[in-house]
Amino acid sequence: MKQHCKLVRGLTAGVFLAAASMGAALAADPIKIGLLEDISGDLALIGKPKLNGSQLAAEEINKAGGILGRKIELIHLDPQGDNARYQEFARRLISKDKVDVLIGGITSASREAVRPIIDRTDIPYFYTNQYEGGVCDANMISNGAIPEQQFSTLIPYMVETFGKKVYVIAADYNFGQLSAEWNRTILKKLGGTVVGEEFIPLGVSQFAQTIQNIQKAKPDWILTINVGAAQDSFFEQAAAAKLNLPMGSSIKIMLGFEHKRFAPPALNRMHAAANWFEEIDTPEATDFKKRWHAKFPNETYINDMGYNAYTALYMYKQMVEAAKSTKLADLRKFIATGNACVEAPEGKICIDPKSQHTSHRMRLIAVDDKHQVKVIKDYGTIQPYWLGEIGCDLTKHNDKKQYSPTDLPKKKG
Amino acid sequence: MFAEIFSILYQFADVFAFLILSAAGLAIIFGMMGVINMAHGELIMCGAYVTVGLVHGGFPLPLAQLCGTLSAGVIGVVIELVLVRKLYKRPLDSLLATWGLSLVVTQGMLIIFGSSLAGIGTPEGSFSVGPYTFSTYRLVLFGGAIAALALIYFIFMRTRFGIHARATMQNAAIAQALGVKVGNIYALSFGIGAALAGFCGALYAPTMTLIPTMGATFIVESFVTVVVGGANVLLGTAPAGVLLAAVRTLLNASQGQIVGQIGMLLAVIVIIRLLPEGISGLLARRSR
Repeated sequence: MKQHCKLVRGLTAGVFLAAASMGAALAADPIKIGLLEDISGDLALIGKPKLNGSQLAAEEINKAGGILGRKIELIHLDPQGDNARYQEFARRLISKDKVDVLIGGITSASREAVRPIIDRTDIPYFYTNQYEGGVCDANMISNGAIPEQQFSTLIPYMVETFGKKVYVIAADYNFGQLSAEWNRTILKKLGGTVVGEEFIPLGVSQFAQTIQNIQKAKPDWILTINVGAAQDSFFEQAAAAKLNLPMGSSIKIMLGFEHKRFAPPALNRMHAAANWFEEIDTPEATDFKKRWHAKFPNETYINDMGYNAYTALYMYKQMVEAAKSTKLADLRKFIATGNACVEAPEGKICIDPKSQHTSHRMRLIAVDDKHQVKVIKDYGTIQPYWLGEIGCDLTKHNDKKQYSPTDLPKKKG
Repeated sequence: MFAEIFSILYQFADVFAFLILSAAGLAIIFGMMGVINMAHGELIMCGAYVTVGLVHGGFPLPLAQLCGTLSAGVIGVVIELVLVRKLYKRPLDSLLATWGLSLVVTQGMLIIFGSSLAGIGTPEGSFSVGPYTFSTYRLVLFGGAIAALALIYFIFMRTRFGIHARATMQNAAIAQALGVKVGNIYALSFGIGAALAGFCGALYAPTMTLIPTMGATFIVESFVTVVVGGANVLLGTAPAGVLLAAVRTLLNASQGQIVGQIGMLLAVIVIIRLLPEGISGLLARRSR
């Protein structure tokens, strides 16, 4: 009898516990965040910090109570730099895992591979890299820096300081081609000339011929928008051949941390315009770096993509909490108010309602022969204005296109 | 004018060195054993990683490069003994096995050593001709390619091992009947091929980004050189290198890297259409 009593009491307690935990599970159903970041393959080097940034932000947000009281759950798949896998994994995250939001992609090729898939759904997609700009897409929110923040600051500085003749080496895919187009457009306004433009197939690692072509063309400086570990070998080979020209880029130093990977002085006189680089030493940035290195003590460098991936989650949290919903339509209603802003380690950043791109505090940085980074100029906060000026307005239309200086939207009416 | 001519020769030497160094090891393993070694790029990476690791540890560069070469060779012997030996009669399976090995190694290196190693910098030294400045180390690479070819010639034409190896290559069963230890020959040949791959990695290590997948940047060049050269490394590899380097250098110089690469691959397609057995097949038929 006594035994029986115990059993009944135990069962009752069990039922109560189960009921309680079920209730809790319903209230705290996690918000699922799909991550597509390359942590193996050719881009592992720059992709790993992106995953780390998302994990750090998720941990902090969960510790502080989650989003709207719900925990966030990261579901990460590694596409290994392969665009077909990007598409496959994006479909899987959307239809099988039923994620509330998709974040990720490194190259512009991978973004363009994923975008048509997202565009058929009603979930938001955060692209956290700097890129060649111009994507006016209702589903996409861009967190990285874009040409009006990078090229419109960098190129005038380079022309003023070093001269009007530029040689361009660019990776041969959409990012390199469109960035080179931006350079031509801006340079033309400044009265500069492109004395040579060379597009390099991805994976090429030998540059003896390119170095000679540059010497023959006698430029005042080089725009280096070469991509990937193989193409980065250019810097070592150019230094060995004593090319010794000033360089400018939208992706070197803060993104690829070449100054940490190559022996000095290979990156001497490299210039870049960046919203984030690890050498920023404001109190907010220092605090952020301390937290990052505490969680990931082996990180070589916190690059801008990793940093953007971190701030993207806080931006998402702010948007969801303000809209009290994870639905794309509700989030966009909130973005349209112009109040989607967060205090990031770089300073306050906001999402522009028309283009759904992010404002950034931009600085011009340069590397010396010891590979020390110093800030040359602080431009303050620069708004993403270009898409709005050419007629992209996502508060009014559901556009899905990418524009460039030579491919502008048709005037309406 | 002299500067222009020198520049073309220098570029030719540079492309030639890259083709020969990346292909030599693959050519030996394919020519001797008919094994298509898909882990070739990882042996190159091994040579580069050992070299860079030792330089960071305080070794002088040439000694580190020697160690990089030898360590790839030793690993090659081990691969032959453990993996490839069981699969000589199953060429497709050996292709699959070495490919699997390559995947395991790249991912393993990523997990153990992280996504990249810090570079060591190319040895100082440059010279100028006319308006151009050149890196002296690129000439060392060319010298390395010539040395590799000379070494292959010496080992296979001038040593007792070479005679046994060539006998094994022509007819393994008869060679064995005559007392040649075919198993040892295979293991050593695989080791030599692997060491040459390691040599390539060791030489290029100072000039490149060091990541676990770095071997992949050599793969296209190594395979097309071997395909064009044919199965006989002694006859085919060097002429294939000269031919492809000439096509690529001229197109690179006049039309840029994209056209250079496309042109080289087109040349390969034409050559294997006309010469299915490669250049060595043509030369062997002539001499018969």
